[in-house]
Parts: sequence; C-alpha cells; structure tokens
Amino acid sequence: MEKPFNNRAWFMVLPVFIIVAFSAILPLMTVVNYSVQDTFGNNQFFWNGIGWFKELLDLSSELGGRFIDAMFRNFLFSFLILLIEIPLGIAVALAMPRQGWAVSVSLVLLALPLLIPWNVVGTIWQVFGRTDIGLLGWGLTSLGIDYNYVSGVLAAWITIIIMDVWHWTSLVVLLCYAGLRSIPDAFYQAARIDGASRWAIFCAIQLPKMSRVLVIAVLLRFMDSFMIYTEPFVVTGGGPGNATTFISIDLVKIALGQFDLGKAAALSLVYNLIILTVCWVFYTVMTHYESKDGRARP
Amino acid sequence: MIEWLQNLDFAWMAWTWQIALFFGFIALALVTLTVLAVIRPETPRRGILRIATTRGDRLFISLVGSAFIAIFWIAFSTALGVTEIDLWGALGLSLLYGIGVFRYV
Repeated sequence: MEKPFNNRAWFMVLPVFIIVAFSAILPLMTVVNYSVQDTFGNNQFFWNGIGWFKELLDLSSELGGRFIDAMFRNFLFSFLILLIEIPLGIAVALAMPRQGWAVSVSLVLLALPLLIPWNVVGTIWQVFGRTDIGLLGWGLTSLGIDYNYVSGVLAAWITIIIMDVWHWTSLVVLLCYAGLRSIPDAFYQAARIDGASRWAIFCAIQLPKMSRVLVIAVLLRFMDSFMIYTEPFVVTGGGPGNATTFISIDLVKIALGQFDLGKAAALSLVYNLIILTVCWVFYTVMTHYESKDGRARP
Repeated sequence: MIEWLQNLDFAWMAWTWQIALFFGFIALALVTLTVLAVIRPETPRRGILRIATTRGDRLFISLVGSAFIAIFWIAFSTALGVTEIDLWGALGLSLLYGIGVFRYV
C-alpha cells in the first residue's frame, strides 16, 4: 500500500542545508568564480574567460599534459587496487570461520586497519618501507632486492598499492562476508544433494548472492582510491619525479605551491565533475538494485 | 540583523556577473522544480536509460551532461587547432541534449 508522504518534512533538512551552504556550496561557487579569472593575490581578479579550461584541456600545454598524466595515474591506481582487493577480499571472506569465537576475533582483526586515519597509515608505511630503519625496506635490501621507494618508480608504486590493499581489503572482506552470511543453509544443502563441486557452489550460489555487495564494494573502493591524497602524499610526496603524483596532489601543488588559483580551480572543477558522475552512477546502481521488483521508487 | 546583513562581505568569493548568471539559472531551475512539485506532483518514470527518473534527476543529468559537452567542445576545438573558441555552439548542443533528456530519459 502506498502511503502519501508529507513534503513538509523537508523543512527538517533546513539546518543541514544551511551548514552545507557554508561548508560546500559557497566555496564551490568561489571556485567556479576563480576558474574564469586570474589573480596575483591581494584579492584582485582579472577576467580570463575560458582561458584556463582551454589550457587544461590542451594536451600539448604544460598544464594539460600534467592533468592527463595525473588522471592516467589515478585510473591506473584505481584499476590495480580493484584488481587485487576484490578477488582477495572474496577469497578472505570465503575462508573466514562461520561460527564460534573465531568469527568475532577475525571481524575485529579485519576492522582494525579501517579504523586507522589515512595520514597514520601513510606514516606507518613510510617508516616500514625505509631502507635504514624500516623492517620491510631493510629486510628486502638485506635480501639483495633493489627496493627504495624514494628513488625507484616501481618500488614507489608497489608500496602505495600494497599500502592501499592493506588498508582497504578489509572493507571488501566485511561486505562480502555479510553477503555470504545472508545465504540460507537450504541453498548449500540442495547443492550437497546435487553433488555440486566447491567451484560450482561458488559460481552458482555464492557469487550471485554477493553481487549486490560487490557492486557497492567496487564503487566505494573506486571512489575512495580515485580521490586518494594523504597516503601517497605522506609516503612518496608524489615522487620519484612525478611518478605518484595523482590529481589531488597536483591540485594542491598548483593551488598552494604555485598559487595559480585559476588553473587549480579549472582542474578541480573537471576533477569534481568526474567524481560527481561516478557518484551518481554509484547512487543510481545502488537504488536500482534496491527496487529490483521493477517498481519505480518514489 | 539588518546591519549584519549589510556588513556581509562577499568580495572573497570573487564574483563575476557571468558566474552569478550561471548559478542564478540553476537556482531558478530548482525553484521552478519545487513549485512544479507542489502544483503538479509527478511519479518517476522509466525512459531509455531504464532507470526511474524524476524531473530533478533529469535536470541533474542535463546539467552534468552539458558540462561534459562544454569540456569536450573545448578539448576537440583545441585538438583541431582552433584558437578562438567560444562556447555558443556547446551551449546550443547542451540545450538540444537537455531537451532530449527531459523528453526521453
């Protein structure tokens, strides 16, 4: 039965709207204003039209080149961590105990990395990977492996990817585990009677039942990794050279390092647009899954 | 209260009339949608994207799509070597796209 809902309840959202106006909407408007002007500081601005956008989207210019390189790195990073975290998360969730005290122990252990703030994770791995005092760096160097995230591009990338895997695989595991727990025992009993193999059970029962949480996991991890800033900034500072300079790191360099507010504003608007689009897809897919019976939701 | 309002200083926001016009248009669109929602309530419908959309969703899709149209307009023009780019063509395309979204999505 459909209940009519009272739209006056929207007034309850008013305080939040006012806070968001000051914390997000007014700053966003300012950024849009910056993106069409140039400034030399002192709050004096000069009209520049779409000049910054032209420069940003011209791949042969310095800014455009930087932007496209950083965006490529962002997508590569997100792709690689998804490639590792999703299968690994599923595997760990499948291997987790189903009952007894071990469940709580593994859940707590898995939740621990998720509770650590980004900059602390960065610091942990920054120290852990150092070749003079870090266990990982020192150990690998002692084994004769050439590992130095300060000078080696590959080492830097491997470090930040493993760091992200360490930090966030738990999220995928917890989501998958919740999906697995929701499968009634009757499904497994039926599979046993049919003599289904372990692989057949995974493909025909577990994976389809996990698909919804997997969509959420993929989208959450994509969004978070696409916006990554703190961890690589703390560990590599965007280096060696520009090898781990993601869009967010470059943005801060342009805005605060060079004080090119116009360029930074144009860049952040395009970056924001990409994230906004992915967020919208995320939201749409999630709500679409919820109304799978085909009925449009109000 | 009045005095406080008079003393508000928005110079830090570096306003330009063009951007004010842009946000004014969005604000107007939101107000229009609110008024429409009151006088002519609607139910979500499914279009070519196979997702349930309301007028607000369609406005959002139009605006985001228009932003991408403008971006690709600038990017392709620069790639083709055009130096004097203006966005009127992109605006026209965006309007066509927006009409399409409101009719078919």
